[in-house]
Amino acid sequence: MKYLDEFSDPDLAGKLLAQIHAATTRPWALMEVCGGQTHSIIRHGIDQLLPDGIEMIHGPGCPVCVTGLETIDKALAIAARPDVIFCSFGDMLRVPGSAQDLFGVKSAGGDVRVVYSPLDALTIARQNPDRQVVFFGIGFETTAPANAMTVYQARRLGIGNFSLLVSHVLVPPAIAAIMESPRCRVQAFLAAGHVCSVMGTGEYPALAARYRVPIVVTGFEPLDILEGIRQTVVQLEAGRHEVANAYPRAVRDEGNPAAMAMLRDVFEVTDRTWRGIGTIPGSGWRLSSRYREFDAEHRFDVTGVRAAESPLCRAGEVLQGLRKPNQCAAFGKQCTPRTPLGATMVSAEGACAAYYAYRRLDLVATS
Amino acid sequence: MCLAVPGRVLSVAEVDGTRMAEVDFGGVRKDVCLEFVPDVGVGEYVVVHVGFAIQRLDEASARETLAHFERIGILDEEFGGGFTRLAGQAGADR
Ligand code: SF4
Repeated sequence: MKYLDEFSDPDLAGKLLAQIHAATTRPWALMEVCGGQTHSIIRHGIDQLLPDGIEMIHGPGCPVCVTGLETIDKALAIAARPDVIFCSFGDMLRVPGSAQDLFGVKSAGGDVRVVYSPLDALTIARQNPDRQVVFFGIGFETTAPANAMTVYQARRLGIGNFSLLVSHVLVPPAIAAIMESPRCRVQAFLAAGHVCSVMGTGEYPALAARYRVPIVVTGFEPLDILEGIRQTVVQLEAGRHEVANAYPRAVRDEGNPAAMAMLRDVFEVTDRTWRGIGTIPGSGWRLSSRYREFDAEHRFDVTGVRAAESPLCRAGEVLQGLRKPNQCAAFGKQCTPRTPLGATMVSAEGACAAYYAYRRLDLVATS
Repeated sequence: MCLAVPGRVLSVAEVDGTRMAEVDFGGVRKDVCLEFVPDVGVGEYVVVHVGFAIQRLDEASARETLAHFERIGILDEEFGGGFTRLAGQAGADR
């Protein structure tokens, strides 16, 4: 596929790697924020090709991993209702709630459906006017415009049996929270390219200046990631901390104005609890009061849900870059993609699942 | 689910007052909402996430980036062949 294959060319990757090696004189710790980048880094073994001193710390940017346990439990409660068709992206189905997951609800007779796009859920709502159709609206700024547009359409077209269970999370407040943590080791960030396709780069100069960290907007193909790392290392070595865009084919500084206008109309900022991390002030979006009637939390009474994590799971430390997945005692033993104890073992973008898929055999060999 | 991928707009149509397109992803075709990229037309590339184009993929800048990767290793003469091939591909199906 054009504009995918070109950006994984091994010859060019070799050149970028040589430049990174040439530029590096000291150890540096870089965080890739986005789970899609974590997946790409581990899959292509990019971290193993870097100079020894360059450490990639895997950030909290997998929405499946950070969606709050309480939100998952609310989803399970709504999905179990006989009047509800519960629609979700496929990777949410195995995410463990306190007692079970959406697959469990489905096998117990719940009407749980996997959709590719929230618009598919809206179509299902139109086809089933006598049922309540709920879409599980999770994700970062990349996914939020799709969910916003779907609610907007539901209101415009008068589709009253549709609602959204919203748990959006935002990247810039998470970067601030990571830097504020006393145990923080991160010296630079690869910012998530597609988040910036939507939001632009306007929120980053203040973060780069305040925490004195380079922030380089980075894409997802191997060459994109190497170029993001190269630009970051060059800045670190020169003692600079600027915002740079290493993914200009998909990111403009101003973002996507049409999408941002829709987001402002449909959502409002709220405090959000990130699974394994805790509550980060102002780090989420919920439906604004104009759209409250489409909010599944208001439509269905799901208060009083009590959430409890597996006591073995170390996903919180993994998500904050304090521990690598294989440093969790349950990794590959009690916890596998088939029997995940934590959400980071579920989605392909979760660090635990990426290590399990691509590193398990090496890790067993060396342990 | 976080994946967003580039695809090429094959056709554009108005459905229920919404601008929709058929987009080709290297052989796989899907319906995609174009409301967030109102001025994109047939033949252009877009970055698509969960059924929505979130940004235009800028071909000129894609080619510039590839050329920049090439210049970066300008001393590695032996890699020269790779770039000629890539430059050819990048301009091939315009
Ligand atoms: S390996 Fe499993 S139990 Fe350990 S941190 Fe990852 S998700 Fe949690």
